[in-house]
This record gives sequence, structure tokens and C-alpha cells, in this order.
Amino acid sequence: MQKIGVFVCWCGSNIAGTVDVEAVAEALKSVPGVVYSVSYQYMCSAAGQKLITDAINEYKLDGIVVASCSPRMHENTFRKTAEAAGLNPYMVEIANIREQCSWIHKDKEEGTKKAIVLAKAAVAKLKNDKPLKAGTSQVTKRALVIGGGIAGIQTALDVADAGYEVDIVEQRPTIGGRMAQLDKTFPTLDCSACILTPKMVEASQNEKINIISYAKVEKVSGFVGSFKATIRKKARFVDETKCTGCSLCMQKCPSKKGKDEFNMNMNNRPAIYIPFAQAIPNVAVIDPEQCIKLKTGKCGLCEKVCAAGAINYKMEDELIEREYGAIVVATGFKPIDPSPLNEYGYAENADVVTSLELERLMNAAGPTKGTLLRPSDGKHPHEIVFIQCVGSRCDENTERGKPYCSKICCMYTAKHAMLIRDKYPDTNVHVFYIDVRTPGKNFDEFYRRAVEQYGVDYIKGMVGKVAKEGDKLMVRGSDLINNQQVEIAADLVVLATAIEPDPSARSIGTMLTASMDTNDFFTEAHAKLRPVESPTAGIFLSGVAQGPKDVPETVAQASAAASKVIGLLAKDHLVTNPCVAESNELMCNGCSQCEKVCPYGAITYIEKEVRGPGVREVRRIAQVNPAVCQGCGACTVACPSGAMDLKGFSNKQIMAEVDQICL
Amino acid sequence: MNSIKSRALELLSDGTVKRVIGWEKGEGEADWSPALFETAEEMNSFVYGDYAGSNLSKYCLKFNLAEGKTLVVLKPCDTLSFNQLLHEHRLNREKFYIIGAGCKGMKDENGRLLKCNACKGKDFEVYDEIIDDEESRKPLNVFDRMIGVAELEKMTAEERYEFWRGELSRCIRCNACRNVCPACTCVKCVFDNPASGVQSKAPVTDFEENMFHIIRAFHVAGRCTDCGECSRVCPQNIPLHLLNRKFIKDMNELYGDHQAGVGTEERTPLTSYTKEDAEPSVVHERGNA
Amino acid sequence: MSVTNPNWKPKIVAFCCNWCSYAGADLAGSGRMSYPADVKIIRVPCSCRVNPMFILRAFERGADGVIICGCHPGDCHYTSGNYYARRRLTMLFSMLDYLGIERGRTRVEWVSAAEGAKFSKTMNEFVETITNLGENRKLGDIRCKKS
Repeated sequence: MQKIGVFVCWCGSNIAGTVDVEAVAEALKSVPGVVYSVSYQYMCSAAGQKLITDAINEYKLDGIVVASCSPRMHENTFRKTAEAAGLNPYMVEIANIREQCSWIHKDKEEGTKKAIVLAKAAVAKLKNDKPLKAGTSQVTKRALVIGGGIAGIQTALDVADAGYEVDIVEQRPTIGGRMAQLDKTFPTLDCSACILTPKMVEASQNEKINIISYAKVEKVSGFVGSFKATIRKKARFVDETKCTGCSLCMQKCPSKKGKDEFNMNMNNRPAIYIPFAQAIPNVAVIDPEQCIKLKTGKCGLCEKVCAAGAINYKMEDELIEREYGAIVVATGFKPIDPSPLNEYGYAENADVVTSLELERLMNAAGPTKGTLLRPSDGKHPHEIVFIQCVGSRCDENTERGKPYCSKICCMYTAKHAMLIRDKYPDTNVHVFYIDVRTPGKNFDEFYRRAVEQYGVDYIKGMVGKVAKEGDKLMVRGSDLINNQQVEIAADLVVLATAIEPDPSARSIGTMLTASMDTNDFFTEAHAKLRPVESPTAGIFLSGVAQGPKDVPETVAQASAAASKVIGLLAKDHLVTNPCVAESNELMCNGCSQCEKVCPYGAITYIEKEVRGPGVREVRRIAQVNPAVCQGCGACTVACPSGAMDLKGFSNKQIMAEVDQICL
Repeated sequence: MNSIKSRALELLSDGTVKRVIGWEKGEGEADWSPALFETAEEMNSFVYGDYAGSNLSKYCLKFNLAEGKTLVVLKPCDTLSFNQLLHEHRLNREKFYIIGAGCKGMKDENGRLLKCNACKGKDFEVYDEIIDDEESRKPLNVFDRMIGVAELEKMTAEERYEFWRGELSRCIRCNACRNVCPACTCVKCVFDNPASGVQSKAPVTDFEENMFHIIRAFHVAGRCTDCGECSRVCPQNIPLHLLNRKFIKDMNELYGDHQAGVGTEERTPLTSYTKEDAEPSVVHERGNA
Repeated sequence: MSVTNPNWKPKIVAFCCNWCSYAGADLAGSGRMSYPADVKIIRVPCSCRVNPMFILRAFERGADGVIICGCHPGDCHYTSGNYYARRRLTMLFSMLDYLGIERGRTRVEWVSAAEGAKFSKTMNEFVETITNLGENRKLGDIRCKKS
């Protein structure tokens, strides 16, 4: 008979409030095999853990059940406690009587009853537990950063600074991301490019950092410590090692109909182009959709003018295969397309622009060379209306937009308003808002300056309609404070559009098996305590890919992710999950059903002499590579004989839980 | 078809094969049983004909590791079972000499076998040589094998429950279905496996007793060739093939046609998937209650 | 029809995958989004770990309903586990239906780690369905001798 100890946690009043913890401890005493059962206020505290350690020693326990919060919270804590006391860490089972009991049930009698059942089920499972020993696996000391915006750059710089190699994979022809498109940054109003481009240069000059631009991650296999990624580097038709970035080709290119993505498609660019002056790598790229040579075979002007001989029309996509110990997702965001929100008339009116378009209209390298001119007729706007929360904070059940707050819009709108009032004092600026959210260092001061010093007209209320009348845009909205309808004849309307994850995020999430929320933001391992890690081991989150944030927050998170990556890469070996599949060779048919469903290719077959009671013959049997198996259990159900079982979640263990719950 | 016998004898005598798996007559006129022949003398009792209904594929398992080649006589439908066992790496093709035997539909004392009314055709999936005649190549008159399943599906849930309770309550757990089934070939059945958590010797209300047929059908789903041996051998005449055919019908309808034992594809519907597969709620959404 | 026991409370087993649905259940807990105590959760690494035998065993041992929750198709932590689970469970449910078992007693729901509210809503609905169906008599012994 096993000697089992049961430890029921009060979690202060979190559990004890709706579960009679003492009654639970008492009820478990009568379960066969349980030799010790006790409740305590905080089992995870040092005193609580000592209680467990002492009981393990005193009662020579060979397994413990902790009835407490979710195993996702403290299973590891208690495993370590058990291990320190000399018990195999896998002889620990957690009964989740907080998240899945006390917190959801209000009736104490009901809660207590359920807690007893859950604790008994954990005991039943524990009785079928076997001591498990974790193996080790190697760590490839290189990190992959997906996305070369400020988040990816910062993470890469920090990881490289610790001495590890980093590859940045960027889908666009240059790194820099969204921040490169910004004109000024709040709340300091320093020029975005002036603070970003030195970082870009630093990244490109760091010998530990390898920038793979105009590329995408196509496939990822493996697991923490040894991922294998296939990266498709798209043909840019320009030899990166030869191009000097002189831009002569851009001037000579006869095809000028390409949309300038960097300037939000507001002007045209040639078929061969460098996205912007400070691009890294500062290398041209040919847009195959626009290039006359690639489309018709005629032209070839750029090749003729290129002194470096960098043009290569026959270039093909290149596939790069590399191993990595850690992967950082820094895929960033894009503004939503506000066209479907037709009350704002974005699709019909050139003078209704998004905030990111406005950034380009105000930037010296933008389509208007930094003079604020309205797109329709190139005139100076004198009445400008900003509309906040466009597509943000929408009802979850409508298709109108995102349920979340995009977080950065209040501040950048204040920035835009302030900059315009500063540069063009003859221009009136109105802002329609739901609330103004300024929780950040020096944020509220910044916003108040916009209102008090620069006289920006903030109107609490939403806009119902933007309609073109003559050369004006009539903005009709409500002013909730003065309780009246207002109408403003505007020259330019700026929509503070919601931001959403970059469209590439979803497929990357699937590839990495990293979980995402319903809005396609990556989910963190713990909302508060592990905010830069994905629940999938070895995957880290940096920047807006995880949720809306501004530049300083992004940089902070990027560095935090880097420190997690460094912590991982600093290890030579990782302890592997011992809860992996195992085939009983005496029962294995060698039928290959398990192999078919294994997502990792962890199962192979060997011809082996099998010896058992009354058996001695050579059979084809399945073998699981424990370093490759991730423990999903798909094979265990495909196996008809039950030869394949999963350690830690064995057939017997689960059946025992089922039986106990259904008693 | 005396030529099958003489050809088998010839191959046994010249040493090409070490043994022959075939049939011999039992007590009654219609009572033919699988038999092993290792000498020319033993071959005297070899028979092939109208009562050679049993599927010999499964018997091959025993000789997969035996010395020398084994000759096995397989009817067209039996070759599906044999081929399925090849898919599952249970048989080594090199170790067998297959005589594909022409079949005009098999019988027992009550007439044509139930399974032959759902004849899957006269093609041999795997063979070394075929011995047949004009007559045996003619297709049999068959009816839609899914009629039985479809009729049950049309019933109310209560009627279906009563039907199956009536059928399954007669089960004496003799394991004949399991033992004859060419898909039920586990070296150790899960119900005999102490680590499975389902094995138990105590009878009556035991899990094994209650759920045996559902799990058995599930375990062979996608691998069952619908050879019909389970129903043929059941001493209680439980229409077990209606369980297997239900799975076949569902899989064909939801995941595309699949005939176990055909071709070389080793994946079955349950070891493959598409991203667009129906949700399990499709069961709830189906017409009748 | 048996007389309904007035003290009867449904017994419901919920198999939840560790990565999505179990976390979703935890989130329902942290958000205090209640559902009846009749639901007891068994943690499995993936919905593909759920052997039909576990489900049948639960029914045989007196469960009135069994629900399996996993990551949304396409989001499986192990890439493909829930796709296999989807086929297996579809087949099993169809077979149970064929045997005359009430369809409502089995359910699959995909619940992500972020869907605490969905978890709670699903469990409330499922308990209601099972309460309406009443005690599970049929699956206790599918081959029970006729008395």
C-alpha cells in the first residue's frame, strides 16, 4: 500500500471562502492509502512547503496530492518541493480546487463536495503514478527573431550583446517596421527616424546579427532548444552583396506605377526601389509585378546603369534551413482598413485619412515633403477633425471593429493635434473622443499641453457621419458635454484607426503552435507573471504581436524577451518533459498506426527480439524517441492494443480519475 | 476447382512452399474448416469449393516468421484482408505464395453466405497466381450492403436502443468474433492488457462486457475490410457487421470513400484528417432523433 | 421509464486539453464565471489523448454526460492533435447515436485559453442539456440482459 499525503490549501479566503478546507482534509483521511491529510493557509508559502517537506520525511510518503490552485500555477513549485524532500517530482498530483472549484461555486456545501471529489480523483491518479525521470536535450545557441521592427531589432541587439547569434527575418525589403514610418514620437516629440535608424545601423553592423530581409519563415519543426526553421528569402533580383544603394537605378527606371508602401500607397515609386533613404539593408529590390524586363523581357535599363553589376533578373527564391534554440515573435501590427465603417467615408474621400497616412503627410520624406497638404487638391487644410476609437472598443458581437482599446491612439492624436497647431497656428483642430486615456509617464501632461497650450478643441462624443459637400467634409457628431449636435466643415479628417496584428501572425502562430487569442494577438504564458513567454516552450513574445503597446513599452518588452532568450541560450542542456509516450514491446503489433498520427516523427520501428512470458521472437516494434516526443498522446489512441501509453497521463491514471469522478 | 489443389500440391512437392493453408471437410457436408497441410499426404484432404467461406488471411500471421514460404489460398475479398495486413506491416509479402482462387459466392447449410450478398467484386488485390474460371469471374447479384445500416438509422433512438440491446444482450463473450477477425490481430488484445485499465476478469457489470463491441468496432474502424467473418462465426447470430458497416458508411460519407485493403496507401480515415472535416456536432445535427 | 430520483444531480466529466481548454477553464475561474459544480474536469495534454474507452468508461461508471474540450482546429499545441480527435469523436458519437444513446450526452467544444466566458457558457449549456435528458440509463450497460 502506498503512503500518500494530502495537502489542502486555503489560499487565504480564495479557497477557504467557498470550500470547507478542513472538511476536505478530513474526508481525504479515510481514503485508502492516505496516511496524512492536512489543510494550511498558504501551501505555496515557505511555511506551507516546509509542512509538505516535513510530512514527506516523517510519514515516509511516496506520493503527495496538493489540493490548491491550478497546476498551471504551482505544479512546478510543488514538484520542486517534493524533489527537495527526496520524493520523485512526478509523484505529485494537483487537485485544482481554486480556479475550477472555489472561484466558480458560491454554495459552500457544493464547493466542498466537489473539492473532495477532485482531491479523491487526484489520489486515484496518484496511486497509478510512477516515478519519472526527465532526460536532457541540447540547446542550439542561436535565436530567431521573426519581424524586424523596433521590437525585433531591440530583442536581437540585446541577445547579440550577450554573445549569441541572432537571425532577424523580416518580410519587407528593409528592417525598421512601423516605427520607421512615424514622423515624431510622443511624449517627447523627437523624430522617430532619428532614434530608430541608429538602432537599425547598429543591428546591421553587429557581427552576431544576421538580417534576412524580404523573407518569411515557411516552416518550423522541433522544440525548445532545437527548433529547425525553413526561411524563404524572396528573390529581390538585386545582389545584396554588390548593390551599393546609389539609387541611380531608381531614377532611370521607366516603370513608375508601383505603389509606395512606405508612404502608405499615397504616391508612386519605380519598379526598382529602396523603400526609404535609411533602409537596412540599403539595397534595391525589384517589384516583379511592375518590372517591364521581368514581365516582357524588354527594358533592362537598371542593369545597364548599375555600375556594381548587382542586377540579376534570373534570381530565384532561396531556401535557408537553420537551427535555433529560441524563437521570438515580433510580427507587429498594421492599422485596420476603415473602409467598411462607411459613416467615415474613408473609401470615397481622399481627404479622409488614417493617422498613419497623416504621419507620412507630415514627414519630410513623405509624399508632400513634410508640408501638410490635403491629398485631394494639395491645399493647406485649415479645419482638421480627428476621430478617435475608429474600429477600437467595438461591441464584440458586431463586425464593426475590434473589441479592444488600441492603446496608442489617444496619445498619437494629441501629438498630431499639437504638431499641427504648432506648425500651422491658423489651423483649427478638433478631436472627437470617447475618453482620453493617458496612463503613462508624462502622458497626461502631454495631453493637457495639447488642450491648454495649443488650444486643441476636444469634443466628447462620437461622429455619426462624414459627408462631402463642395470641397468640404461635413463632420456631424455629438457633443455629450454640451448635450448638442455639432457640425464642422472640415478640410481634412483623420481617423485614429484601430491596430490589429500583422496578417502574417496567424500562420506563424500555427507554425509555432503558439496560442493566440480571438484577435490573433499571441497569448502569454501567464497574463501577469510570464508576459513575454508563449505557453509553448522556447517561443517568446516581443512588441505589438502580443497586444497593443507604444514604443517605450515595446522596447521594454523586447528587452525582457531578450533576457528570457539569453536565459535559455545560456544553458547547455534542457531538462525534457518526461511525460512522453512509451511503447510496451510485448504488446506492440508494429502496425504503424501510431507513427501515422505522430506530429513529430518521434516513432520509428525496429526488428527486435522480444522476450516475455512464453514469448521469444523477433518482432517489428515501435520505439519512441523521448527527446523528440512532446507528449500529445495521439499515438496512444491510434494504438489498438494499448501498447502505446503516455507517461504521466497513462490509460490507467485517466481511467482511475474517471472512475473516481463517476462514483 | 481441382486445379487449385493440384497446383498447391505441386508447389509443396517441389519445395517452393513449406506448407499450405487451405480448407478441409468437417463433420457435416457444409462444414469446411481452415486447415494446415505440410505434406503431400495431408494434401489429400484439401478442398476448395462452395463451402470455403472462411477468410484465411489471419492464419498467415502464425507463419510470418516460420521457415520457408507458406502457400495460402485467398478469394478476392480475402486478398483485401491480406493486403490490409501488409499495410500494417503484420505480414511479410516475401513469405507467402498466394493463389488467388476464383469464387462464385460461398455457402453454408442455409444457402449463400450473408457476406457474399455484399460481394466486393472479383478483383484480387494481391496474388502470385490466379486460378479461376469463366463462371467465377462473373459478378454476383448483390444488394446495397448499407441497407441494414440505413434502416437502423431511420428508426427512432429508442427503437435502435431496443434493437441493439436485444442483439448485444445475447453475447456470451466467447470472443469468436475477435478471434476470427483479420483486423483484430493484436499480439495482445487491449481487453487482455492489464495496463489498459479496462481489463478485468470479473463478469456481468464489468466494463469489458458492456463496451466490448463498441470498442472492438472502433479499433478496426478504417482497417475493417467488411469481410463479414464476425457475423458469420457468431454462435448467437448477432449482426456484428452492422456495427462495422456503420463506421464504414460514416467514414465514406464524411471523409470520402475508403475501402480497407485496397492499394498501397497505409493511412486510414482515422489516421488522417483534413482541416475542413465535419465537426462532431454533425451527429447531433442529423435528421431523425 | 424510470421514476426520476428527486435527489439526482447530473454527473458530468469534462476532458480538457492542457494548453487551451484547461487554461480556458482556469480563466473562467479567475473571472468568477460560474457554472454548476456537477462538471468535473480531467486534464489531458491534448484532445487527441482522449481515448473513446475513457468516454465509455465514464458512462458505464455512471456519468450522465461527457464533454471533450480542445484547442480550436488549427490552433493545436501539437499541430494536429485536435484534427485526429475530431474524426475519432465524430465516429464515436455517431456510433453511440446508432446504438440509440441520446445525442445530447456527448459534446465536443473548442475553447481557447482566452475563452473563459465561452468555457463557462458551454458548461452551463451542457449541464442544462444533461439535466433535461435526465439520468443516463442506457449507457450503463449497452448489452444488459433483458430482465
